[in-house]
Amino acid sequence: MIKQDISKYKHIWVFIEYENGEVAHVSLELLSKARELAKDLDCEVHAFTVGDKVEQFKDEIFKYGATKFFIIEDPFLKDYMTEPYRDSIVYMIEKYKPEVVLIGATTLGRDLAGTIATVLQTGLTADTTALDIDPKTKNLLMTRPTFGGNLMATIFCPDNRPQMSTSRPGVYKAVEAPVKGEVIKEKFEFDKSKYLKKIVEKIVEEGDKVNLGFYDIIVSGGFGMGAKENMKLVQELADVLGGTWAASRKAVQEGWAPQTRQVGQTGQTVHPKIYIACGISGAIQHQAGMKSSEIIIAINKDPDAPIFEIATYGIVGDVLEVLPKMTKMFKEKLGKA
Amino acid sequence: MHSLVFIKQVPDAAQVRVDYETGTLIREGVPAIINPFDKHAIEAAVRIRDEFGGKVSVICMGPPMAEDALKEALSMGADNAYLLSDRIFAGSDTLATSYALWAGAKKIIEEEGPVDIFWAGKQAIDGDTAQTGPGIATRFNVPLVTYVIDIKKVDPEKKTMVVERLVESGREVIEVPMPCFLTVEEELNTLSFAPLPYLIKAARSKVAVLNSSNMEIDASYCGLKNSPTKVKKAFTPPKREKGEMIEGDSLDDILNTLYEKIAPVLKEMGKVS
Ligand SMILES: Cc1cc2nc3c(=O)[nH]c(=O)nc-3n(C[C@H](O)[C@H](O)[C@H](O)COP(=O)(O)OP(=O)(O)OC[C@H]3O[C@@H](n4cnc5c(N)ncnc54)[C@H](O)[C@@H]3O)c2cc1C
Repeated sequence: MIKQDISKYKHIWVFIEYENGEVAHVSLELLSKARELAKDLDCEVHAFTVGDKVEQFKDEIFKYGATKFFIIEDPFLKDYMTEPYRDSIVYMIEKYKPEVVLIGATTLGRDLAGTIATVLQTGLTADTTALDIDPKTKNLLMTRPTFGGNLMATIFCPDNRPQMSTSRPGVYKAVEAPVKGEVIKEKFEFDKSKYLKKIVEKIVEEGDKVNLGFYDIIVSGGFGMGAKENMKLVQELADVLGGTWAASRKAVQEGWAPQTRQVGQTGQTVHPKIYIACGISGAIQHQAGMKSSEIIIAINKDPDAPIFEIATYGIVGDVLEVLPKMTKMFKEKLGKA
Repeated sequence: MHSLVFIKQVPDAAQVRVDYETGTLIREGVPAIINPFDKHAIEAAVRIRDEFGGKVSVICMGPPMAEDALKEALSMGADNAYLLSDRIFAGSDTLATSYALWAGAKKIIEEEGPVDIFWAGKQAIDGDTAQTGPGIATRFNVPLVTYVIDIKKVDPEKKTMVVERLVESGREVIEVPMPCFLTVEEELNTLSFAPLPYLIKAARSKVAVLNSSNMEIDASYCGLKNSPTKVKKAFTPPKREKGEMIEGDSLDDILNTLYEKIAPVLKEMGKVS
């Protein structure tokens, strides 16, 4: 193992992911979390990204407390491609030597982080749900679920820098803390003959992209909903409660809901105040994404469904009967009728 | 066309249970399987071999029992199977694992010739890191495409492929030169039943073992001691207490009780005055 002189590394870097001119919410969540960690490390929070036109994000980045914004702007970086992003980012990391690098555990972030860590020959902890500083050693403690959420592991990286982690969207709250920051522009010379991969077509799944992490009430439908049109029962209850709707993977596979609304190990992690599971059995992969909800209400016709093991309140019954009644009653009680 | 598929033998995560007394996982009696995503990579590689000719090699790092996973890969139609097994690998994190697999793959290339497509599942269902594939791709310095859901075109002459992948906002169609590294989703294909000739061939095939005595590998990059990340502690998340089943004479009754239970929370959230 290559050991580095770790004393040369300082400050926390947060990768700014963006799409269609908007910063990904997970990047703002990570900036907020990084500010907490920076207090313990007595250092600053810096943001970084690469792309075609990225300086435009500076106001939002500074609003969330990054004091510096390191960027490489190049039309060649217009679309995300693993290799040129990797090389230009590695260039900045090697030059400025951050102690910690945080990246959102999105499809893009997970694609990118593994290759950066390999080039840098440092440790990377994927998909973390908690980050802390060890008070004694000042190492970053990164906690992540494995075995579909059945086991948690706290990982650290004592001898290599930067300490890298991808973190799940929706785990931390994005909190504003405006500062007057500074943009630092870097240049990277691409040998374009090296990058032969190209995007032929982009297919955007229209309209229904939703960050379930924003909502404090989620009504979620599973295979027990029985048919696509019944998912509107889930949506109606969510509307009445001022929340949003979601689905299990099986419902997604049936085509009853888009993948962007899937909760679970391979979907989104949520921790609302109230999660209502309708016709969901509660497989561990589903639980992995919703187990930390404050109140879980489960409606299932099978009294032995595993979801009842973790539900705060359980109702044994047919969702197709329970949901319309529940929506009607809540509408009245909440004064919306 | 030469495909090399990286597979992992994993405990069937869906059957692993937690022992809350000891805070550990109960793995006894849990079958070891090929990581489900990796099977789709094997399937895709075999189909390409059947269409364009060439061969499929498979490599698995793990203890001797991982030979079973390789035998299964052979019965799915793979031509060569390699077990990368050595005490020096014990406790490797993803960086050390990608190093060992890269070294093993180089040995296979020496024996079997250059690889056109490297394959892996998008992640393993035990560790869930999704890092090993990208790590090996980086070491070979070949273009990486993750989350692949469709192989649209293979052009052995031009040495390119067109694949479709998942991204956060939808999908992307990518043209990628070979050699390349693909990590795949389950949606890539449906697994077919192994035809008899594969099974017969598999029964006759041997799994070759690679280790530090017959391949070139630097032990100072392998194993727990040389892994940059260490596990500080492992623990089972606190068990959620089984809550209350709400019962009543009628559904109205039940729903009224439920409402009374959560009314304070709804109030706190400003949903009701
Ligand atoms: C690697 C991997 C990753 C996975 N990732 C995820 C993930 O991210 N998210 C996820 O959700 N799953 C995931 N899964 C799938 C998971 O294992 C389950 O298959 C899935 O969660 C089941 O969905 P379900 O509960 O909707 O369906 P089922 O398991 O079919 O359960 C349906 C439930 O509905 C009840 N029911 C039926 N009819 C009615 C009715 N009329 N009224 C009331 N109740 C009724 C039944 O009693 C049953 O409990 C993953 C699996 C694997 C292998």
